[in-house]
Amino acid sequence: MELLKQAREAGTKVDLNALIDAIPYAKFIGMEVDQKGTEITTVLRFDHKIIGNPVLPALHGGVIGSFLETTAILQLAYETGGEVLPKPIDLTIDYLRSGKPQDTFARARITKHGRRVANVHVEAWQDEHTKAIAAAHGHFLLKPPEET
Amino acid sequence: MDDKTIKENLGLMRDVLISHVPFAKAIGMEILDAKEGEAWMRVPYDDKLIGNPDTGVIHGGVITSALDNISGVAVQLSLPERMAIATLDLRIDYMKPATPKLDLTTHAHCYKVTRNIAFVRGTAYHDDISDPIATSVGAFMLAANRSMSPGDAAEAGLIKKAEG
Repeated sequence: MELLKQAREAGTKVDLNALIDAIPYAKFIGMEVDQKGTEITTVLRFDHKIIGNPVLPALHGGVIGSFLETTAILQLAYETGGEVLPKPIDLTIDYLRSGKPQDTFARARITKHGRRVANVHVEAWQDEHTKAIAAAHGHFLLKPPEET
Repeated sequence: MDDKTIKENLGLMRDVLISHVPFAKAIGMEILDAKEGEAWMRVPYDDKLIGNPDTGVIHGGVITSALDNISGVAVQLSLPERMAIATLDLRIDYMKPATPKLDLTTHAHCYKVTRNIAFVRGTAYHDDISDPIATSVGAFMLAANRSMSPGDAAEAGLIKKAEG
């Protein structure tokens, strides 16, 4: 990916706002990045179209999963400085509370960063950081530099 | 569930689980077929679903959303009546990237229902289910909004009793 390649060549961290703008689906579900230094929090802006249960109402589980997955990908792209976007191998999502119709936040932590595979843990919350609405862990394939 | 009930249910699924679900509509989900405990659904390819702008491959999240949704439909089709369900967990294994420009098809099978929980497997593919893009396993909580205890609900015939 051009953005990632440029950052790698310049020896700088990728601009996450520009990266998210380049991913159509992340924009479609309403994702933004709130970066304070090296701390990255992603934001999922509430919009009527991301509702999955109109009766409660609650956010669609798939959107929450998408949000967690993208948060993991952004964290990996930022920390590993690879030239391509990391590819998901597997992702396990635990739904802990129903997603209320309001903004949601998420943070990812790289549990293990291997040469080809990384393990990432992600949590999403709404009002209180300690009350996660969903958590996920997954493996992502990072292409080693010689293969890109 | 007999064929007529399935047909009625399928109509209901379309209404309740697709047309009235804003996100299902937003990504163009379309139920293709259904039978007891099983359902098939399509998500048409669209540029807004792209996850990798270099290749045009759709985002993994689209597959997650489709598998989550169709798994819920399969659970509803295995229950004696409509009730609120909640996804407890969902694991997705990504086997290969989706091919750009091709529609996504998903199938889910609810293979076990106990008093409180339904277990579902799902597959995402283009044309050939034996060549999957991704597979999923999920667990759903039944009657997520009920005030009655599970035992009482089973006695009242509201939910299927656990077998074995």
